[in-house]
Amino acid sequence: MGKITGFMEFDRLSEQSLPVAERLKNYQEFIPRLTDEQTAVQGSRCMDCGIPFCTTGCPINNIIPDWNDLVYRGNWKQALDVLHSTNNFPEFTGRICPAPCETACTLTINDDAVGIKSIEHAIIDKGWEEGWVIPKPAQTKSGKKIAVVGSGPAGLACAQQLARVGHDVVVFEKNDRIGGLLRYGIPDFKLEKTHIDRRIEQMRAEGVEFRVNQNIGVNVPAQQIKDEFDAVVLTGGAEQPRDLPVPGRELQGVHFAMEFLPQQNKVVAGDTVLDQIKATGKHVVVIGGGDTGSDCVGTSNRHGAASVTQFEVMPRPPEQENKPLIWPYWPMKLRTSSSHDEGCQRDWAVATKELTGKNGKVEKLHAVRVEWKDGKMQEVPGSEIEMKADLVLLAMGFISPVQQTLEAFGVEKDGRGNAKAVTDGVGYYQTSVDKVFAAGDMRRGQSLVVWAIREGRQAARAVDEYLMSSSSLPL
Amino acid sequence: MSHSSLPVQQGLYDPRHEHDACGVGFVAHIKGKQSHDMICQGLQILKNLEHRGAVGADPLEGDGAGILVQIPDALFRKSCVAQGISLPTAGEYGVGMLFLPRDAAARAACEQVITDKITEEGQVLLGWRDVPVDNSGFGESVKAVEPVIRQVFIGCGTDCADVDSFERKLFVIRKIAEHAVRCLPNEQGQSFYIPSFSARTIVYKGMLLANQVGKYYLDLQDEIMVSALALVHQRFSTNTFPSWDLAHPFHMIAHNGEINTLRGNVNWMTARHAAMSSKLLGADLEKLWPLIVEGQSDSACFDNALELLVAGGYSLPHAMMLLIPEAWSGNPLMDEERRAFYEYHAALMEPWDGPAAVAFTDGRMIGATLDRNGLRPARYLITDDDLVLMASEMGVLDIPQSKIVKKWRLQPGKMFLIDLQAGRIIDDDELKQQLATAKPYREWIEKSRYFLGDLPNADIKKLPNESLSDTNLLDTQQAFGYSQEDIKFILAPMATAGEEATGSMGNDASLPVLSGKNKVLYNYFKQLFAQVTNPPIDPIREEIVMSLTSFIGPKPNLLGIDETDPPLRLEVHQPVLSDEDLAKLREISTLTQGRYKALVLDITYPVALGAAGCAGAIKALSVAADQAVADGCNVLILSDRAVSSTRVAIPALLACAGVHHHLVREGLRTSTGLVVDSGSVRETHHFALLAGYGAEAICPWLAYETIATMSDYLPAGLSGKDANKRFIKAVNKGLLKVMSKMGISTYQSYCGGQIFEAIGLNADFVSQYFTGTATQIEGIGLHEVAEEAVRTHQAAFGNDPVLSNALEAGGEYAYRVRGEEHMWTPDVIAKLQHATRSNNGQTYKEYAKLINDQTQHIKTLRGLFEIKPAGAPVPLAEVESAKEIVKRFATGAMSLGSISTEAHTTLAIAMNRIGGKSNTGEGGEDAMRFKTIEGGEKLSEIIGKGRIEADQILLPGDSLRSKIKQVASGRFGVTAEYLSSADQIQIKMAQGAKPGEGGQLPGHKVSEYIAKLRFAIPGVGLISPPPHHDIYSIEDLAQLIHDLKNANPRASISVKLVSEVGVGTVAAGVAKAKADHVTVSGHDGGTGASPLSSIKHAGTPWELGLAEAQQTLVLNRLRGRIVLQVDGQLKTGRDVLIGALLGADEFGFATAPLVAEGCIMMRKCHLNTCPVGVATQDPDLRKKFTGQPEHVVNYFFFVAEEVREYMAQIGIRKFNDLIGRSELLDAKHALAHWKAKGLDFSKIFHQPDVPVSVARRHVEEQDHGLSQALDHQLIAEAMPALENKLPIIIESRIRNVNRTVGAMLSHEVAKRYGQAGLPNDTITVNLQGTAGQSFGAFLAHGITLNLSGEGNDYVGKGLCGGRIVVLPPKECNIVAEENIIVGNTVLYGATSGECYFRGVAGERFAVRNSGAIAVVEGLGDHGCEYMTGGIVAVLGQTGRNFAAGMSGGIAYVLDEDGGFEHRCNLAMVQLEPVPDEADASDLGEVETHGRVHFNHLGKADEHVLRDMVSAHLRYTGSVRAQDILNNWARYLPKFVKVMPTEYRRALQEIAVEQTKQLEAV
Repeated sequence: MGKITGFMEFDRLSEQSLPVAERLKNYQEFIPRLTDEQTAVQGSRCMDCGIPFCTTGCPINNIIPDWNDLVYRGNWKQALDVLHSTNNFPEFTGRICPAPCETACTLTINDDAVGIKSIEHAIIDKGWEEGWVIPKPAQTKSGKKIAVVGSGPAGLACAQQLARVGHDVVVFEKNDRIGGLLRYGIPDFKLEKTHIDRRIEQMRAEGVEFRVNQNIGVNVPAQQIKDEFDAVVLTGGAEQPRDLPVPGRELQGVHFAMEFLPQQNKVVAGDTVLDQIKATGKHVVVIGGGDTGSDCVGTSNRHGAASVTQFEVMPRPPEQENKPLIWPYWPMKLRTSSSHDEGCQRDWAVATKELTGKNGKVEKLHAVRVEWKDGKMQEVPGSEIEMKADLVLLAMGFISPVQQTLEAFGVEKDGRGNAKAVTDGVGYYQTSVDKVFAAGDMRRGQSLVVWAIREGRQAARAVDEYLMSSSSLPL
Repeated sequence: MSHSSLPVQQGLYDPRHEHDACGVGFVAHIKGKQSHDMICQGLQILKNLEHRGAVGADPLEGDGAGILVQIPDALFRKSCVAQGISLPTAGEYGVGMLFLPRDAAARAACEQVITDKITEEGQVLLGWRDVPVDNSGFGESVKAVEPVIRQVFIGCGTDCADVDSFERKLFVIRKIAEHAVRCLPNEQGQSFYIPSFSARTIVYKGMLLANQVGKYYLDLQDEIMVSALALVHQRFSTNTFPSWDLAHPFHMIAHNGEINTLRGNVNWMTARHAAMSSKLLGADLEKLWPLIVEGQSDSACFDNALELLVAGGYSLPHAMMLLIPEAWSGNPLMDEERRAFYEYHAALMEPWDGPAAVAFTDGRMIGATLDRNGLRPARYLITDDDLVLMASEMGVLDIPQSKIVKKWRLQPGKMFLIDLQAGRIIDDDELKQQLATAKPYREWIEKSRYFLGDLPNADIKKLPNESLSDTNLLDTQQAFGYSQEDIKFILAPMATAGEEATGSMGNDASLPVLSGKNKVLYNYFKQLFAQVTNPPIDPIREEIVMSLTSFIGPKPNLLGIDETDPPLRLEVHQPVLSDEDLAKLREISTLTQGRYKALVLDITYPVALGAAGCAGAIKALSVAADQAVADGCNVLILSDRAVSSTRVAIPALLACAGVHHHLVREGLRTSTGLVVDSGSVRETHHFALLAGYGAEAICPWLAYETIATMSDYLPAGLSGKDANKRFIKAVNKGLLKVMSKMGISTYQSYCGGQIFEAIGLNADFVSQYFTGTATQIEGIGLHEVAEEAVRTHQAAFGNDPVLSNALEAGGEYAYRVRGEEHMWTPDVIAKLQHATRSNNGQTYKEYAKLINDQTQHIKTLRGLFEIKPAGAPVPLAEVESAKEIVKRFATGAMSLGSISTEAHTTLAIAMNRIGGKSNTGEGGEDAMRFKTIEGGEKLSEIIGKGRIEADQILLPGDSLRSKIKQVASGRFGVTAEYLSSADQIQIKMAQGAKPGEGGQLPGHKVSEYIAKLRFAIPGVGLISPPPHHDIYSIEDLAQLIHDLKNANPRASISVKLVSEVGVGTVAAGVAKAKADHVTVSGHDGGTGASPLSSIKHAGTPWELGLAEAQQTLVLNRLRGRIVLQVDGQLKTGRDVLIGALLGADEFGFATAPLVAEGCIMMRKCHLNTCPVGVATQDPDLRKKFTGQPEHVVNYFFFVAEEVREYMAQIGIRKFNDLIGRSELLDAKHALAHWKAKGLDFSKIFHQPDVPVSVARRHVEEQDHGLSQALDHQLIAEAMPALENKLPIIIESRIRNVNRTVGAMLSHEVAKRYGQAGLPNDTITVNLQGTAGQSFGAFLAHGITLNLSGEGNDYVGKGLCGGRIVVLPPKECNIVAEENIIVGNTVLYGATSGECYFRGVAGERFAVRNSGAIAVVEGLGDHGCEYMTGGIVAVLGQTGRNFAAGMSGGIAYVLDEDGGFEHRCNLAMVQLEPVPDEADASDLGEVETHGRVHFNHLGKADEHVLRDMVSAHLRYTGSVRAQDILNNWARYLPKFVKVMPTEYRRALQEIAVEQTKQLEAV
């Protein structure tokens, strides 16, 4: 149970980022993990609550108090086992998860939360350092073949779970590399891609086969997959971005974030990208205040942008939430990412009205301040804004999965264009089409990596049960 | 077979749970001189003991009373001549007293049986006599069951050589006649009973009030009827059902007390059947069976056993010593021969354990004995004309003081015997010395005994799984259902600290039968515990009475009294075997040269057979056991070491209980020992269960294997062997605790005692394998139990990835994903807090839905209930308002100490705002909280600045006063003022989290403020004893209720019970004891810290307890006069509704309001680290408290509104119309869950079939009979003092029926002047005579009671400022310091004041004294136990176990023989000489009325002591005091000062602090 009075004796120690000037020089991660000793102290702050709210705050229900305690006692290997028992990829979540567990931590009621994410980060990194992360191939094979369509976090988690109980799993990826959003959506400075590569190695050793450049429903017929496999799991991402229907949208220099970000990741990976969208020396405006917007900010600064401005149409959230009425749930509050710290003007309640430019190239952005009343937006008269904009990046979220794959399999969709499937009870994660399952963004819409892992794991159990009539995979 | 209207078992009511207790007494003439006066005196005693009995719903109906006398030869001779019967000379004929059926034909059949059996046994039927009676004073209910009473006269046959053998024959005739009548067709034998059947004694008894015995039986009025002895008994039963044959005396005894181990004792008697033989009884022995008939009272069973022993040749005292041995094993003061005697006899029979004062007689001698712990009172006196009087209290006969030559009491474990033939009293020492030296017991023991520990080592390597590999170990652990929590919460603390871990916040997990998880069979059983009708024991402080010694192997022939070659015995000091021990046991044949022979019975079977294979496997086990016994094996080891991937173990508990009961049934059980060697055993509860179902020793082999791999959890450097030792020590402590919870003191009696009930097991299964255990709601059977074991086994050896490198999460003790389901989840807490903080009804509904809708995950019994409409829905507006409904709500008893001042006051403010009630909990209340609030004040301005860390502003009309004042066993801060400020006074008999246990507030939680409220010293830990030391029985409870009612006549008196089987019967008894209110708590509630096994395994859900209480109260027609409250994890309006339908008037909530004010179920209350400032005393953490009264107010209104919505839906407008309407409940139809399917709630929903006129809810008030109180006269005379503080002196006589004198007067003082009271000696009351119980209870400052005479029990109970002086009357010639002057438990819970007793006090003097000064001239066992303050001077000898658990205060003991050290419990105190004045540099103030002063550090001891002795002389004229003062220099060195270690430390700290402060100034 950690140290009984640890939370009273020790303060929270957050991971220390490298200085901005230092980290802007490259695309490498800049947040080293805590030392073993620091981690143990932080672990001792955990109170081992009678009801660990963190565990339910966490979408994959990480058994946080247990590994906190194990780290405190110096039992790292067992801590890693416990961590892996709920999470296939702690190295991803330990870096990029917004850590809803910490907002649910009991200590946050009146103190700083236990540094759960930094402890997770330390455990898994130490695990890799020590060589404790090894393949766990199934002892017996089931003889069942399963296709996992999409190699993002949902697909990978699903594939790994299924392979470990003895199924033959093939992962299909439409791009040239495995990893989906992890590979091309998240900048390297947040998640270096070697983390993905070594997981793929582990999964190969566990018997998972990866096929890239296979866009099911586009260059591979869905029927072929259905014929070849005993079950199919659709785990594609929510890639259809929300557009900005304003005059001037067609101008050069106006791009979706997901046009901008993947290019840089490819460059870091050593590919040559023709006509890469660069922010170098430009006045960059990022529209959209979420995580993708942040990534655009960080990447633009690394390109050497002249200025970076970020707009959000919603009003500025409060710095502190009304904790008594919100804890342990996820609060709407102002979040400042490491990319913001690297230099960025932020503004809220701003709606873009028009983009203008010369020679088909964008030069200016025209916007107006808005007010929100009863959920409705109203422009504030006389609040027009006009500003320089050489590069406008649209990061306003994603509407739905790309539809081709869903249509190719002919699965029923919900009102938002996601594959329709329930998550518990009879036929969980099954689509309207026999033996076709769906999980992750493709089922629930745009979400966090940690939710993708959860759905991938749960769908794996659903498939296992479907094929074998019972399953030993955890929910 | 009864003249009773005792209802048959129905619903949850079961007549076998009935209890009784009573007043008992006898008079006898030492020289055997017979007189009619003796009988009259006996009857007079009865009348004066009347307050110890009870009346039922009908005031003309008593609980039963009776008298046993010698055969009145003259009377019979006269009367028989008239009827033409010729009697032989006295002694050559016997008389049978018979209760016969009213139906003539049935009566004739019964009489025929008697006639036949007399003849068959070769004796002579002389004739029949109708016993003349007069039933004119009877109530109708009694008349209805009045038997026809006749006497039969039997002449001695030719084959009986002497009266003894004739008496033996009469016994045989009675037994076979009783048996034959039971076998009569058509229930003709239904109303047949034989009160007595003897040539020496006769019993006149019945369903009578005490004063009716003499009036009803005309014989008793006839002056020709004479006897040299009269044994009388007045019964207090928990029911109101008239019953003639349950009255005492029985054939040889009258008993005041309770046999806690009855089930086991009866089973063991049955088990001995085949192995018993007797030279004296010969073939007749077989005719005695069934010796003990099912369905009798405990006293009747005891009587049966005693008769057998006496018939088998034991002398009466010898037999009594065998049945109720004194505590010998832990008594270093006992002489060797007597110890050998007890040691020898221990192997013969397990003690019949429990509180007991038993008076016994065979007509030639009469005597009495007391249980080992002295838990019942028994006082006696001897006169100069050879009369001996013994009774539960003194003052029952008016005997001129000048005639009395000795006044004494029966001491714990002691016996007192009058041999009427020899014409003398034989005292305990002589009697036992005689018996102990009659045979060479020590030599026999040495010759026949093996200690397992002393045998040479066997080869441990031969154990089948001596070394499990790592993976094997994990699989094996999983096969036995180990979870991670078993390691973390169970084994680690035990192996580290030698103690079981503590937890908090009760149990909100699913019941095992409702759980989706696979549970071990152990979890389906709940430990029973003592409440009200018998006291639990403190196994730590009163260790001297406890013993874990176990005998493995065959039991000797109980009646082998003539044997000269003692049978073998194999002993262990405690029943937990190490691997080494087990190896020895397996090789025992070799080690004992074949005298013992062990056989291992494998209790595993092929898993391939699945669950279906289990029944066969158990059957095979039984067959193997029979065969083994036939082959001469006398130790059977049930072992599951053969468990493997292919072999699954039968649950060890099932195997053990199954084999045990099989052997009992076959009469073979005492031919062999039974040992369990199982991997499943790890918790205290497991060991207790195996013991309870017959295991004489237990080897937890897998626990050892596991501990060996647990280095991560154990302190560095602790060897595996030491860790195991600590684990065994922890189990031992745990076992002692579980045993003592039920008031059982020896393992031997606990073994086979079955002190459990089952929840969720079906009756067929239970009756087959756990015969005699209660199970009330059916549930799973053998197949499901086996299925659960098989599933667990398959998961263990299967491919489950979660289990591949880790144990199951568990989740019993803390919420875990994939663990056990809990009621309190993150969402539930979040929703409740959000709802109450924002007063958002919608969010509350989301919360309530999470709790109420258990369709997916059923956790509670009520989750399975459906509510049916009573009629068409009614508009919500027409339903009783929420404002009215919330008045029925109360918060639970959480003491200031367990929770912070902020949390405590917030609850009080909230409850006062809504008109509900908050509860102080145990620990007093600050008088500041009684202030009227104007509005706008800050909390800190009322309570004190330094005492509040999170302040709040109060509203006009707010009140901080808790309406309910709790009186718990610790009596902390219970004063006249405290009681006077109550609307309700709650006696906590038990608490849901740890029924049967006391509490402990560790020193670090005793802040300055808490210490002040509890009259303690900051930093010194406080112990609450497991029992209330003034409640050892139901009539004691009645007395305490009476005391409290006197201390505040306006307050209603409540008794808090915990749900367990039989709680309904206890509730009925409580109603008869005149409580106004009773609370039934569920097992699951409980916010306090408690050992984990108690949180989990003791008590039952409130649905059961509440329903049983309602049914029993209605059946007894007592429901109307008592308010019934339920509590235990009540959370929503639906819970309230179901509570009401099952019978509750009121509702208690603890956890939910605590959550509303910020609790987040950390379950760390016991660690003082609550991070939200609720359950902590740490000032920094308390700053974080954010709860507001509005939050709690909002919560209760939400609940009430939810109730209203339900009421509208089901068509009920008034809340009163809900109460007891269990017909509106139904079980959910769609029960899909495989385990829950077998549940049957019909017993819960049952409604007794009584007329509509019988109340089903609270409708009337109790009559407390306060109008009789002597205090009315005192108050009237004291008005000038009360009104104007004018000194006044009152003179009066007093009798034993004047109880609780002074309490009501003190109430009048406290009401006017608070704790300060009146100036010294304002009211002086001079009394003459024998005071009734609780003399001077809660006596306030300014009142002095001078009693010339003597006191009974509880003198000075709760003394809070007054002065009590008791001295023998002038005309009495006894030597005061050699005679008893006051009874037991004097000064219990006293907080201040002083008292002087010229003479010796009984047991438990000054227990829990926290500030009074007392001088006494000698006292009994357990003096100054749990004392925390005050000064006690003892000018004579003390009993044993002095100062046990004494953490504060000082005692000075005059140790003339130098033996005090051996009688003192030195665990918490040090002994030192009293320093003389020359050493005293600083004389402190002595007249501090007991307040602690740091001059106790040794500076002014002599001064203090001399002042006390001088005061004693001044007040009492004590010769003893005079002598001491006259020879001070000689006596001073003989005084020993008893100084608690902790107290010294705290005083030193305070002294340093004070010096610092002085220097600073």
